[in-house]
This record gives sequence, structure tokens and C-alpha cells, in this order.
Amino acid sequence: MNEPATVRDEDERLARERRKIARDGPKLNGAKLEARLGQTWRRPPGILGWLATVDHKEIGRRYIITALLFLAAGGVLALLMRLQLARPDNNLIGAQRYNELFTMHGSTMMFLFAVPVMEGVAVYIIPLMVGTRSTAFPRLNAFSYYMYLFGGLMLWIAFALNIGPDIGWFAYTPLSGPQFSPGKRADIWAQMITFTEVAALAAAVVLFCTILKTRAPGMTLARMPLFAWAMLVVAVMIIFSMPSVALASSMLISDRLVGTQFYNSFEHGDALLWQHLFWFFGHPEVYIIFLPATGFVSVITETFCRRPIFAYPIVVLSLVSTGILAFGLWVHHMFATGLPRVGYSFYTAASMTVAIPTALQIFCWLATMWDGRPRLAVPMLYVIGFIVTFVIGGLTGVIIASVPLDLELHDTYFIVAHFHYVLIGGAVFPLLGIITYWYPKITGRMMSERLGKIDFWMIFLGFQLAFFPMHFAGLLGMPRRVYTYPAGLGLELPNLLSTIGAFVVASAVLLFVVNGIVSLYRGAVATANPWGAASLEWATSSPPPVYNFAHIPVVESRTPLWDMVGELPVVTGLRVDDKEMLLTTVVAATPDVREPVPEPSLWPFIASVAVGIFFISSIFSPWAVVFGAIPSAIALIAWFWPKEIKRHPEPVIS
Amino acid sequence: MSLPFRASLAAVALVALVLGACNREERHSRSKPVGEMVPAGQSPDTIWPGGTQPPPLDPRAALYDNNAPAISEGQFLYSRMNCVGCHAHGGGGMGPALMDDQWRYGGRIDQIAASIAEGRPNGMPSWRAKLTSDQIWKLAAYVRSLSGQPSKDAVGSRADAMSAAPPQTLTPHQPVRPSDTAQQ
Amino acid sequence: MRRRAGALVALLPLLGACSYQHYQSAFGNAAVEARQFNILFVIFLVVCATMYLAVIGFLIAGLMRRRRTGNANVIEDRRHHESDPLMRSGLIGWAALVGSGLVALAIASFVADRSMAGAAAHEQLSITLTANQWWWDAQYNAADSSKTFHTANELHLPVGVPVRILLNSNDVIHSFWVPSLAGKQDLIPGRQNDISITPRKVGLFRGQCAEFCGAQHAHMALVVEVESYADFLKWWRHQLQPAPSPATPLALAGYNFVTGRNCSACHAIGGTPAGGTVGPDLTHFASRRSIAAGTMAMSTGNLYGWVADPQALKPGTKMPTIGLEPDQLHAVVAYLETLQ
Repeated sequence: MNEPATVRDEDERLARERRKIARDGPKLNGAKLEARLGQTWRRPPGILGWLATVDHKEIGRRYIITALLFLAAGGVLALLMRLQLARPDNNLIGAQRYNELFTMHGSTMMFLFAVPVMEGVAVYIIPLMVGTRSTAFPRLNAFSYYMYLFGGLMLWIAFALNIGPDIGWFAYTPLSGPQFSPGKRADIWAQMITFTEVAALAAAVVLFCTILKTRAPGMTLARMPLFAWAMLVVAVMIIFSMPSVALASSMLISDRLVGTQFYNSFEHGDALLWQHLFWFFGHPEVYIIFLPATGFVSVITETFCRRPIFAYPIVVLSLVSTGILAFGLWVHHMFATGLPRVGYSFYTAASMTVAIPTALQIFCWLATMWDGRPRLAVPMLYVIGFIVTFVIGGLTGVIIASVPLDLELHDTYFIVAHFHYVLIGGAVFPLLGIITYWYPKITGRMMSERLGKIDFWMIFLGFQLAFFPMHFAGLLGMPRRVYTYPAGLGLELPNLLSTIGAFVVASAVLLFVVNGIVSLYRGAVATANPWGAASLEWATSSPPPVYNFAHIPVVESRTPLWDMVGELPVVTGLRVDDKEMLLTTVVAATPDVREPVPEPSLWPFIASVAVGIFFISSIFSPWAVVFGAIPSAIALIAWFWPKEIKRHPEPVIS
Repeated sequence: MSLPFRASLAAVALVALVLGACNREERHSRSKPVGEMVPAGQSPDTIWPGGTQPPPLDPRAALYDNNAPAISEGQFLYSRMNCVGCHAHGGGGMGPALMDDQWRYGGRIDQIAASIAEGRPNGMPSWRAKLTSDQIWKLAAYVRSLSGQPSKDAVGSRADAMSAAPPQTLTPHQPVRPSDTAQQ
Repeated sequence: MRRRAGALVALLPLLGACSYQHYQSAFGNAAVEARQFNILFVIFLVVCATMYLAVIGFLIAGLMRRRRTGNANVIEDRRHHESDPLMRSGLIGWAALVGSGLVALAIASFVADRSMAGAAAHEQLSITLTANQWWWDAQYNAADSSKTFHTANELHLPVGVPVRILLNSNDVIHSFWVPSLAGKQDLIPGRQNDISITPRKVGLFRGQCAEFCGAQHAHMALVVEVESYADFLKWWRHQLQPAPSPATPLALAGYNFVTGRNCSACHAIGGTPAGGTVGPDLTHFASRRSIAAGTMAMSTGNLYGWVADPQALKPGTKMPTIGLEPDQLHAVVAYLETLQ
């Protein structure tokens, strides 16, 4: 008879405990809820709070701003290169400096701008887009940013101090090996790789888990926005490809620091090993840069054509198959190295096959435009610019996929033209469009539409002027990485046009930055959904509150904001006195777990400083690997040490 | 340790590490064009009256000693000018070993350069007529690296060739000691 | 010979003006391999341009299409797309078009590739090309090894004769590329590659290293002269001859300097005591068309400049600036010019 009484007492006690915990819901909503959530989720003030933040919006903004600064820096280098190449036999910049310039330009653009900006945009917008309050692993997210920042700073400080690398952005051995690259220039390059690869891997893990586990209830994989699909594929690609280059660069440092023989053909190593390892990463890398841009294009096209993307499953399958196929192409960078010729044909076929999913995606976008009502606002102009430009690059890619054609065109300015068409046309144009598109969400203001349109035409036409003549320069015999060229080969006109075009592009980028900064103060104030778009990030205010959504939304279609009747349905019940997010199942997105979100913490910053010192000093001494591991381990242990629970604990049913 | 202190310590360490690099990486592709041969009769050697100071270090030493491109060029010249034929890869053969601590004619970079330029008894040819002084000094810088003299940042670990010696970045520093010619 | 070199110098701007497309261009069409490139390139260009026009056409049609009047901001009813079956079959048609286009291009590429590989089996001339930073050493091989010789930075090839060039490297990865004749092949230390070329047009062509190889990668060119078989034999026999003895006192003074001083440490001149293997062979140096691997044309003035201060013209090159006295410089250049 006692037992039921005890159980009843226990029930009542538990109910009393539970009532003490505040949760959002019918009893707590509106302004009072927002005030309490704002209080719970706020970042601690001051410089320490700034360093300790784990808010994905703040980290995403930092990523984007840092990446755009690196874009500007890399662009200035390109202008210097173009000045040197404007005339034949020019002596504005000498050989050594020029070699440093193109190495820094390529490394900055590829490692410090292109991948990080995509990660930054994703880190900012994905939680908003999938309807949650935070990324998974927010402290790892912060760590990723600091590692990226320190790697980029290390490279550029080295460049400023005249110890920057001069071996090209892909640093082939034996040129980058100990005999032919004296000093520490190549080691600094190789260690920058390590920094940025660690950062990218961390960000990939964060994005992968965020996309799979934190989506709003009802957002099944089949209803997920296409940008989220793109980032999911990209996260997996990063995880599989980045270790290859991190391994290759570590082996290079090892060769240079302690005399291992990995790349020494005369001691059972192989100079070609570097190329295989590098390009096994390098080819997926360009798709890591391109696929998020296809996500951007899908988002913009859907919004500005006023209809959901045509054949959503085809677009998803294209993303996934591009991601898989991208790993089977890398030897097309090595067609001139003398590997067995019949084997090359396989890579020709694979390189051409990878064009098919992209061609299908293009059809889907064009069909969406055909069937929708396109509105030519600035983001949509960038999408059109993307299609016109990227397809040229894709088709020159088909040309150089063929072995006999590549043997003439490899390592010439034709290739330079090709990759700038696919990277600028295929990634930068969509990026500029998506910055314009999400600028109201991030800052709460609209960018100037008039300035944006002028800017688009400047950069589009300037780009064609700068890079189309390079196809001819390559066909007329101009190889890559040359600091000058002789007169009399017909290269003067293409190079002069390219230089002029480069300056037009630079002015356009400057204008874009001006537009971005001035609009912060003078731009029209943005509502929650100024473009009338369909996805969840537009369901919250512009800029979002620090907790993203007052209630977690429920999704019932691919275009929730277009299909909702009245208000968005929501789930309630998350705590407001403590940071909490809702995890859902991977495929069907049914609610699964209420997960505490980590508090702001300085340990990611401290750990990245410790790891940064470890990496930088291991450029100079192998003992740094031993001694540097100790502070890194201490920082990581402190980071992961179980935290004392300060909040009111949930009652546990035992 | 507080965060600002740790940060500034790291900053100072970093600045020191990289500032030490300024001369290390600089590539000097040409020396002054005229009048650069080591003048006869003015070469320093290891023998001087007891108690007096050794002659001051030639100012050119700063351009070549601890300079990474110079050591790398010296490595190129060392094999192409067939120094290997007598000295092997530092282990010696017909000629004395260069990776040990015994220096008959001095182990400072200007002394080594003088030995290469002037030649020495018992078979070291004079290279004054065959190599420019820039090349000779680069060779001297490389020879010093065989016994671990220069800073480890500036030496290359190995050549892209069959492995003949331990990597020079791991070569222990050998002090410079005069060797008694009576020992040979 | 000097007149011929001088004439070439005068000719270069002319070459530049009217026939630069063929001097160092992928459309030079001067060999069987280059011709196959051209044909294949045109096929690819036509197919790819057609695909591009299809995309642009679809884009323009989509943007310009007349639509039902109405509020442009109204969201399309996602369940009501009367053109759905049309678009679906459009997608399938598009996929089929792209797929078949790519298959056709892949087959064309494979066929061209196999025919180029097949043509490589019947060479009648063999050259071993060794790349260094930043110059090319060419050894003409012969069955009788007393008939091999070295030259540098310049190749002569008989028209119509398939030649097989074996490719080695002494230091880093370089790439041998004469666009008017053939595609490129890398020269990789530790392995031997090869390339086959069958020239079909007589003329002068320029090639350049096409793999970044260090400071002076931009100045690592080579000249290829394709000539008739008779002219080639004449050249070949001349290359086998040792260098002529100096005739004038100035040339003799130069000979003494070159063979006794710095030059002979790195350079070899056939028939003289100079036997260095670090730098290019100079036996018939003055008969070449360029100095320093295509850095400048062969002329007396350029030769003076190069010998006096190579680091000014090609900074970082392995040839040192010796600091010659003026009379030494006159003597050396006078002697070098006798090396026809």
C-alpha cells in the first residue's frame, strides 16, 4: 500500500520541479519570451566575450569579412601581376617577386578566400535556413575560424617580411623540396595548408551535423533547401579530400625538416607522389568551391522566379553525383606527366561525365526561369551572369578533358582562362548575388539596387575583357607562371586587354564594397522578408535575434513561407532559462532530443593559439611537434572538461 | 598565465622567429662585378702569434653565412665542381673530411673561402681562376653546413639524389678546432 | 653565319607581324601531331559552341517569354504548372543531347589519342633532351656512339621524318613544349618520358618550358628548325665537327681565356680542353639563333651583354657574372663568334 503512495509523491515532486523550469509555449510567448531568450542567449560583453562567442551568426560574419579581405588582398596581387604582363619584356616586377605574387595570389584565393567564404556563408545561414537556434558543435565552429585566421595571417605576415612562398599555389616537388627551395618559404606555405585544412575539416563536421540533426521538425531530407543539400555534399567532400593535402604538405615539411625521402625519386620516393596526393584533394576542392555556388543559384532562382526549383530531386541527385564523381578526375591535371596513356582515357571519360549532372542542374534552373516569372533584381542578374560565364568555363573544361587537346593547352593561359571562368563565373558571381540577397537578413538594411546593377555590369563586362583574351594567349603559346614574354608572338594585345579588364573588375569589386559599407548606414531598412522568399531564414527578423527563432518552426513543404496559411506552425517546449536546441532525426526530421547548447567559452581561442604556436614552431624544429603537443593537449582537455551544471537541473525519472 | 601576457609572449616569439629570417631568405644573385678576387697575401689563416686576436671577419660573411639560397647554390656547385671526388659528401677520401671538427686551415667562412680560392698543399686545387668569388663564398657556406655550423633554418635537409649523409638539418653542430698537420 | 643570324634578328619583327601564329602557336599545324590537335580542337569547338548556343537560347527564351498578365509578385501555384510534361521531356531530351554530345567527343578524343600513340612507333631519329634550370641539353643519338653530339637550346629536325625525343631532367620538373609541332610532355627527375614528333612543314618554331621550374622559368625557351633532309644532314655532319681553331690573335686570346679560366669549368667545346658539363655545350654556339635558351637573339651586341653580365639579363641563372676586364671581354666574344 505504501508503494503507490510513494510513487504518487514522487510524481508530484517531479511535477513541482518541472514547473519551476520556464519553457516557451502558450504561457510564455511574445515580447516576454523574446526578452528572456535574449537574456539567456546573449554573449558576454567586452573583449573576452568577443573572443569567446559561439554564436554562429557572429562566427559566420567574421568568416565572410575575413574572406572578403583576403579576396581584396589577392586581387591587389593580381593587379600587380597584370601590370607586369601588360607589355612584353616588362621590368616592373622581377622574377623572384613575380613568383611570390602568383603563389600568394593562388594560395590566397583558393585557401583563404574561396572555401572559407562558402563555409562562412553556410555557417551563418544554415541554422536559420533549417530552423534551429545554433549549429552543432558551436565551440568547434569558433575554433575553426581562429585556425583559419591564424593560418592566413601567418602566410601574409611571411609575405610582408619577404619569407613568403614562391613555388606556385600547387608547389610541385622537387621544386618545392629541400634542394630547390632553400629557406623556409615552402614550409610556411605547407603549414598554411595545415591550418586551413584543420579549419575546413572542423567547419565541415559542424555543417554536416547541423544539416543532418538540427533541422526543424517536418523538414525531411526531401524538403530541405537546396543550399543545405549542397553544403551537406560539400561537407562530405571536405572530409574525404582535405586529409590528402594535409598529408601531402606534412610529408613535404618532413622532407624539408628532417630529410625524409617521400618525394625523392632517387631513394624510392617519387616526385609524382606529390601531384597525385595534391590533385586528389585539388580536384574535389574546385567542386567544394562550386557546389555551394550552385546552392546559391538555386536559392536566388527560386525566389526571383517565384516558383520552386523545377525537378528538385534531379538537382539533389546532381549535387550528390557531382560530389562523388569529383573524386575520380584528378589525373586530368597530370596528362603531361607520362603516365600510361590508355589509363588517361578513363580520366577523360570521367571528366566529361562530371559535366552531365551540372548540365542537368543548369537545365533545371533555366526551366525554373522559363516557367516562373523572373524578376531581374541584382541577385538574379548575377545568376544570369553566372550562366553566361560559367557555361563557357565548363565547355572549355570539356575541351581540356581530352588528352590530345590538353597536351597542347595544359599549363598555358588557356587553362588560366578556363579556371577563372568557372571560379569567378561559377562561384564569385553567385557569391556576389547571394551577398546582395542575404545582406538584408544579416544587416537589416538593403543594398542599393541602382549601384548594384551598375556594379553587376561593370564586373561582368570587365571579367569578359580580362579573361576571354587569355584563351587566345594560351593558344598563341603563352605558358603559365611566366613573369614576362617576348615580343613578336602576338601576345601583346591579349595581355593588354586582360590588364585593362583586370582593373575594371577591381573597380567593380571596390564599388561592391562601397555599396556594402554605405548601405549599412544609408540603406533602406529591411523587413523580415523583403524579397518575398520561401525558406525559413526569412521567417525571423532582419537581422535575426541572437536566438534566431522565438519558437522552433515546423515545416510541411519545400517552400514553407509560400505555403503557410496565416502563421508558421511551431513547436514549443524548449527551455528559456538555459540554451537549448531541438535535435531531430536524420531523414524524417521528427523531434528527437532536446540538446543543451554550450555556453560561450574562451577555450576554442586558447586551443587555436596553442595549436597555432605548435604548427608555426614545427616549421623550424621537429622538437616542436613534441613540445607543442603539450599545451595543445592541455587546451583541448580544458575545453572538453565536463562542465559544472549551473542551471536548474531537469528532474530525472529513475 | 593571463591571456594578454600569453598573447604578447607568443607575439614576441613569433616576431623573433620571423625577423631572424630577413637575411636568411634573401637571394643575392650577383656580387660586385669588379675586383672581387681574394687578394693574395691577405688571407687570414689559423696561425698568429700567441695572445693576439684573430683577424676580423670579412664583411662578406654576413651575405653568405646562414643564407639559405647561398647554401643551396653551394650544394649545387659542390657536386657539379666535383668536390665529391675528393671530399665525398663530407666524409672525405683523398681529401680530408669536411663534416668533422678538424680544420687545418680554419673553419670560419672566410678561411674556407680562402682555402678554396688559393688551394692548399697536398692536393687542394686553387679555384680562383675557375670560380668567381661569389661562387667560392657560396661553396664555403655549404661546406660549413656539412659540420652543422650555420643555423638550422638556413640549411637544406637533403639533396634530391641518393642519400649519402645524414640530413643536414639534423647534423650536430661541430665546434671548429684547429687540426695539427702532424696528425696526418 | 653571322649575317644569317643578323638577318634573322631583322626578320623577327616581320615574323611577328605576319606569321606569328605559326612561330609558337597551337595553330602552327607544322607537324602531324599539331595537325591532329587542330582537327580535334575544331570538332570540340563546334560541338561545345552549339551546346553553349543552346543554353543561351534557352536562357533568353525563358527571360523573354510572354507570360500571363498579372501581378509579378504573385507566387506561382506550385501544383499548377501546365508546362510540366513539356519541361519533363525537355529535361530528358537535354540529358540525352548532352550525354550523346559528350560521348561523341570522348570517342573522337580517344580515336585521336590512339592514332597519336600508334604513330609513335616508327621513329627514325632519336634525341635525348635533358632539361636543367634553365636550359635544354640535346644529345643527338646514333647507332654508332662516336657519331653522337651535344647541342643546347636548339633542335634541327628533318621534315617528314618521325623523331623520338627522350626526356630527362637533371633537377626539377620541366615540360617540353613546341606548340606548332606537338603537345607537351613533362621532364621529371627520376623517370624518362618520351615524345614523338613528325614535322610536316619547313620553318622556324619556338618552344618554351611549360612547367614552373623556378626563377627563370619564363626564359627557358628553345628554337626548333625544321629543314629539308639534305639541309638537316649538312647540319648534322657539321655538328659532329670539333670547334675551329682560332684564326686571329684576338680570338686566340679569347680561346686562352675560355679554356683556361672560368668558362671551361662549366662549358664544353669540342676539340678544346674545355670539358665542363654544368652548362650548355658551346662547340657550335655562334651558329644558334638565340642566347641563353631563347632569352635573346644571337647577335654580337647581345653576346657582349650576356658574357659581361648574365645576372642582369637573366637574374638567378647559374652562370655567374665574372667581372671581365674590357680586353678580356673583347677576346672572349671574338672567340665565341668563331664557334660557328
